[in-house]
Amino acid sequence: MGLVMADDAKHRNVLAAIVYRLRWWLVTGALLVAFTLWTGEFHQAQTTAILASTLRHSTPLVLGALCGMLGERSGVINIGIEGQMLMSAWGGFMVASATGDLLIGVLAGVAVGMLMGAVLAGISVGLRGDQIIAGTVLNIAAIGITSFFFTQGRTLPSGKLRPIRLGPLADLPVAGRVLFSNKPITYLTLLLVPVVWFGLFRTTWGLRTRAVGEHPSAAETVGISVVGMRYLNLILGGGIAGLAGAYLSLEAVGSFERGMTNGKGFVALAVMIFGRWNPIGAWGAALLFGYASAVQTQFQFRDWLTSDPQFVGMIPFVVTIVVLAGFVGRARPPASIGQPYSRE
Amino acid sequence: MNIRSALVPVLAVALAIAVGAVIIALSGSSPVDAYRALIEGSLSDPKSIGRTLEKATPLVMGGLAVAFAFKAGLFNIGGQGQLVVGAIIAGAVGYGISDLPWIIHAPLALLVGALAGAAWGAIPGVLKATRGAHEVITTIMLNFVALNLTDWLASKVWREPGVIVRTPRIEPSAEIPRWGEIPTGFFLAVVAALACWYLLRGTTFGFEIQSVGLNADAARYAGISVRRIFVTTMAISGMLAGLGGAIETNGIVGRYEPGFNAGLGFEGITIALLARTHPLGVIPAAILIGAMQAGGSMMQFKADVQPEITKIIQALILVFVATPIIVRWLLNKREADELSVSSTWGS
Repeated sequence: MGLVMADDAKHRNVLAAIVYRLRWWLVTGALLVAFTLWTGEFHQAQTTAILASTLRHSTPLVLGALCGMLGERSGVINIGIEGQMLMSAWGGFMVASATGDLLIGVLAGVAVGMLMGAVLAGISVGLRGDQIIAGTVLNIAAIGITSFFFTQGRTLPSGKLRPIRLGPLADLPVAGRVLFSNKPITYLTLLLVPVVWFGLFRTTWGLRTRAVGEHPSAAETVGISVVGMRYLNLILGGGIAGLAGAYLSLEAVGSFERGMTNGKGFVALAVMIFGRWNPIGAWGAALLFGYASAVQTQFQFRDWLTSDPQFVGMIPFVVTIVVLAGFVGRARPPASIGQPYSRE
Repeated sequence: MNIRSALVPVLAVALAIAVGAVIIALSGSSPVDAYRALIEGSLSDPKSIGRTLEKATPLVMGGLAVAFAFKAGLFNIGGQGQLVVGAIIAGAVGYGISDLPWIIHAPLALLVGALAGAAWGAIPGVLKATRGAHEVITTIMLNFVALNLTDWLASKVWREPGVIVRTPRIEPSAEIPRWGEIPTGFFLAVVAALACWYLLRGTTFGFEIQSVGLNADAARYAGISVRRIFVTTMAISGMLAGLGGAIETNGIVGRYEPGFNAGLGFEGITIALLARTHPLGVIPAAILIGAMQAGGSMMQFKADVQPEITKIIQALILVFVATPIIVRWLLNKREADELSVSSTWGS
């Protein structure tokens, strides 16, 4: 009897601890739900629209953050996410436009992203150059290459990627439109978040990645190839950033424009740090940012600040600063980050 | 900085230009014509040299802002925001006040612009010092906030009547004059670089900044207030960028127009890295990039080569600057002095 009670108390404590640990997320979540319902005037259609828009805005950010995370977890800073996304958006669009096949376009975007990841790895791991410079190289090169080799007037013969309705689930109220009638890359993103989390924290690959990021020489002494792990992770991450690029040109917009990433790669970097180098955390941060972007339409709906749209445009960025400074505070990156590794 | 390490950027530039020539040739144009046009548009006569220095001036300031913050281990990606805030405030002071003598009005506009940049730059410093918020996030976010804020100021508060969204032209008394073809603002930028160099090398404050940059924990143990250094360094970094924007408004463009200096803040990162974060190295780095910008349109006009090729060349320069192995091989040196700016990412 006593044992059961102790067990019960322990369970309650664990639950309380979890609730306490997540308190700011829960408070923020509750506030957001209340705000969404209120601004939508309790209309189902408005609430659905705002949630669907949140998901759309968060997709490229969470993908970019996952890319950065794979690099940083293995000890390599990647500030070139912006460039990786831009190059992939361009590569994916050019290939899709030439072949007329969107799937080949998406695959090309992913391949371009992986190539960019390999270049980053080549400079920062292979040649042991400075990682921040390597990332800056990607950003500049992407602007240069995508503009230098871009031909105006290209279109997608087959249009952009179309939503896939998941059978009867798509007919559910609210959740149906928000979660079950999305476009392919959005589904893939929702799948990638738990997959990367599982990979990082529950598999040998993840353990090795984190070991290399925290203490590379110790990892090397037990036979893990530091250089190999970093190459692998940067190339995988590049592929994920490539997916974000393909999302922009092939799923969201349906064409390529110069500089179309417009800072999303940098925001993704912020989302990664905000989410404390954890896929679930980054997803939460991206959703928060996406929500703050989506809420702009609600402001229009309520006719608030419509004459000064600039203030509405600031909301996502101000919210991020306030939440970061107010609730999250200091974050600790992997220990070996930024240092080129050499065996001597 | 000895002669050999100064050789590194020079070799890097030469290599990058060579690879750039191959790319131009592959795209079906003549690299000789392209580079000739590039030089013609940027360095051939007083007018084009003036244009190069005009482009280089805000680049020096943006590069200094990034390089200075690096010395304290801070990565200021927010140069863009600090620059536009300084630019619009200086423009407002420039057109809003009349009947002031030049000797007061022009410096006042620059000073207020610089202070506005300092205030904008201090925000991430304070947030990092008090709340531990990572400056990379906050400076990026503040860039977007500044973009919206200046857009609003230019389109609502200080708008010139008419269809174009911009502030009115500044009073003649607020203009920073030109010295022949050369904008005087360039000399101000050089003075700023010298001041940064002296501050870092010759003063206790500079020593404290560098101590924090090398090892914040050791600096704290030695009795340096790391928080104070974070705030003051970010404020100075923001001030440099803000002054750059102010010079751009009052010395070159004559008013604030949204978007006229888009990207200048990000070029600062390239320039600081190219200069290997040395305050004086920023000057030649900025002139080089400025020349590429000034000659780019001539290259397009005469040789039919897209000016974006200069971006590719810049990226190549950085690759060669950043990779010690290539440099070591070129100089046949056993130990090249390696450049590291990434080491303080996590603090």
